[in-house]
Amino acid sequence: MTQIELRGVQKWFGAVQVIKDLNLTIADNEFIVLLGQSGCGKTTTLRAVAGLETIDEGDILIDGKPVQHLKASDRDIAMVFQSFSLYPHMSVYENIAFPLRATRISKAQVDAAVREIARVLRITDLLAKKPSALSGGDMQRVAIGRALVRRPKAMLMDEPIGALDAKLREEMRAEIKRLHVKQGSTTIYVTHDQIEAMSLADRIVIMHEGVLQQVGTPEEVYRQPANLFVAQFVGSPVMNVADTTVSEQAGQVSVAVGGAEKGFAFPGELLARLNGHAGGGLKLGIRPEGVLVAREATDGFLPVEAQIIEPLGSFDIVDLKVGGEVLRARTKSGFVARAGEKVFARVDPAQAHFFDTASGKSLGVAL
Amino acid sequence: MAAVQTSGERALNRLAIVAVLVITMIFLAPIYWIVATSFKPRNLATTIPPTVVFTPEISPFVKLMTKRSQLREQPTPEEYAAAPWWERMVFDGGEKVVRDGKDQVQWSAYPSRFLNSLIIAVTSTVLAVGMGTFTAYGFSRFKVKGEGDLLFFILSTRMLPPVVVAIPMFLMYRIVGLTDTHIGLIILYTAFNLSFSVWLMKGFIDEIPKEYEEAALVDGYTRMQAFFKIVLPEAATGIAATAVFCFITAWNEYAFALMMTNRRAQTAPPFIPSQVGSGLPDWTVIAAGTFLFLLPVAFFTFLLRNHLLRGMSFGAIRK
Repeated sequence: MTQIELRGVQKWFGAVQVIKDLNLTIADNEFIVLLGQSGCGKTTTLRAVAGLETIDEGDILIDGKPVQHLKASDRDIAMVFQSFSLYPHMSVYENIAFPLRATRISKAQVDAAVREIARVLRITDLLAKKPSALSGGDMQRVAIGRALVRRPKAMLMDEPIGALDAKLREEMRAEIKRLHVKQGSTTIYVTHDQIEAMSLADRIVIMHEGVLQQVGTPEEVYRQPANLFVAQFVGSPVMNVADTTVSEQAGQVSVAVGGAEKGFAFPGELLARLNGHAGGGLKLGIRPEGVLVAREATDGFLPVEAQIIEPLGSFDIVDLKVGGEVLRARTKSGFVARAGEKVFARVDPAQAHFFDTASGKSLGVAL
Repeated sequence: MAAVQTSGERALNRLAIVAVLVITMIFLAPIYWIVATSFKPRNLATTIPPTVVFTPEISPFVKLMTKRSQLREQPTPEEYAAAPWWERMVFDGGEKVVRDGKDQVQWSAYPSRFLNSLIIAVTSTVLAVGMGTFTAYGFSRFKVKGEGDLLFFILSTRMLPPVVVAIPMFLMYRIVGLTDTHIGLIILYTAFNLSFSVWLMKGFIDEIPKEYEEAALVDGYTRMQAFFKIVLPEAATGIAATAVFCFITAWNEYAFALMMTNRRAQTAPPFIPSQVGSGLPDWTVIAAGTFLFLLPVAFFTFLLRNHLLRGMSFGAIRK
C-alpha cells in the first residue's frame, strides 16, 4: 500500500527552474507515466522522488510521510535506469542480490528471493553470466529484477526501454505491463514516447518546461487535451492545428481554416459554446481521423487538393490543402490514388477541438 | 575491414615491423648491457671492444651482498679448501669476506638499502593512490567551489623541477628531524605523487557512469558503501595504472633521496653509484646492484600488465 504525493514541488538548476509548483497524487498500485519532451523536468521529478535530487521547495510524501529530507537509501524505493546500470563486475545473480545484501536478511532468503524473481522474469539460465554477455532485452529484465527483488514501496522507471530497438521495445512494453498486473506496485514511469505512455499508463502526467500540463487517463488526454501542447504531443500522426475563424451566415455556422473563403459547416450551438471567442485568436484542432474525405462532391464537403500521400500500410495519411493551411487526413489505404487529385473534405464537428491562440488553452467545446 | 591488402600496404606493414624491431632493440640495449655486465667476470667488464661471448658467473652478486676487503696475502690452500663456494669466488677476485668477532659473515649495505627502497616506495604508493582516489572521487562526483583552480593548484605542485625545492626542503626537514628517516621520504614521495594520482584517477572515475552509484544508493546503500562496492572495483584498472606510475616514480627517485638520506633510510638509487667512488670501481658489482634493482618494477608492471594496457588506452574508446 503506497501512495505518493507531490505538494508544491519546485526545483532550480542555477537560474533555470526545472520543476514549477508541481502537485500530484499517485494512488496505491497506480501506474503513472510522466510524459514530455527532453528537458521538461520529468526525469528530475522522478529523481527527486527517488532521493537522487534535492528539491528547493515543497513536499514529497510517501504514505503521508514527508521524505524530501531522507536519503535515497532510506526511502525504500527502487529505480530502473535508462542505461540499466547493471554493475559490470558482478554476475546477474549478484546484481539482483545486491539490494538484498544491504538488508540484514539471511543468505538462504537472498537466494530464494533471487531465484523467485528470476523465474518470474524468465532469466534463471542467465544468473551466472556477466551483464556484458547479455542482450539489451535481458539486461532490461535483470534491471527490473534488481528493482523488484526487495519488494520496494514504489518502482521508478526512467525511460527503461528507450535504449532498445523498436521490436524489442514493443515486447518489453508488454512485459512491463504483465509484471505490473502480476506484482502490483505503485509505479512512476518516465518516457518521451507517447505510444509507450498510452499503452502502459493508468494515468498520464504531461509536463512541458517544468509545468504540469494535464493529468488524466490515456483516453482523457487523447480525447480532451487541456491545451495545444497536449493536443499536439499526444497522438500519432499529430493533431492538425490551424488558425480559424467562425462565422454565421443565414443561421449557418461555418468554420473557415487558413483564410479559405468557404468554411466547414458546424452545428449552430458552436457559437454559444465558444462563449464570445468566435471573433479571432482561435485555433481549430482536429486529429487526422476527424478529417473526412470523399472522392465525389457531397453535401457539406469542400473541394480540396491532395498534396502528399503517405502510405502507412493499414492506412494512408493525405495532406489536403485548405486555404493557406494543410490538414492531414487519415484515409483507407489507396483511397486517394495520387497526389494532385481533387477530392472533397469535411471536418467532423464531434472530433473538433477549439483553442485560445493566446493562452493555448482548450475552450472545452464538445459538440 | 577489407581483408585484401595491396602490395604497397604490405610493404608499408613490413617497414613498420622493421622499424618497431629496431626501436625495441635500441630501447633494450642498455638493459642488455646491465644484465650482461652483472654476470661478467670483473676483467671482462670494461674491455674494448666489449666482450659479448663469456661464461656467466654470479660472483658479482656475491660481492654485492657481502662486505669485503683487499687480500694482503693469498689464502693458504687449506683456507681456500675450507671456504664455501661463494667465498672462493671472492678470493679469486683478490678480496676476502669480512667477518665479525663471532666469525659471522658481514652483509654489505645493499640489502638494507634495497629494503628501504621497497618500504618507502610501497608505502608512498599506497598513500598517494589511496588519497588520490578519494580526492578524485570528490572532484568527479560533487560540485566543488573553484574546482578548476583547485585542480590546477594540485597540478602546479608538479611544475617546479624537484631539485629547485630540494635545498629548502632539506633545511625544513633538518629542523623537524625528518632527514634520513623513512617517514620523511614517504611524506615527500606521497606529496610528489599525489597531484599525478589525483589527475589520473579523476580521469578514470569520470569515465565510470554515476548511474552505477545512484543505482546502489536507491538499492539501499550509503554513499561510502557505494564507493567501496561499486566505484572501487570499477576503477581497478585506473588504480593499477596509477599505482604503477607512482611506484616507478618513488622507486627511481634519486635527487631527494641523495640529499635527505645517507644511512638509515637511504634508498638504493643514491647507494648504487656511491659504490663507484670507493677504490677502483668494480662495474660488475654495480651492474648486479642495478639489475636486482630493476626486478621489482618489472615484476610489478608484469603483474598489472592487463590493467595497464586498458589503462593506457583509457578515454580512447567510448563506452
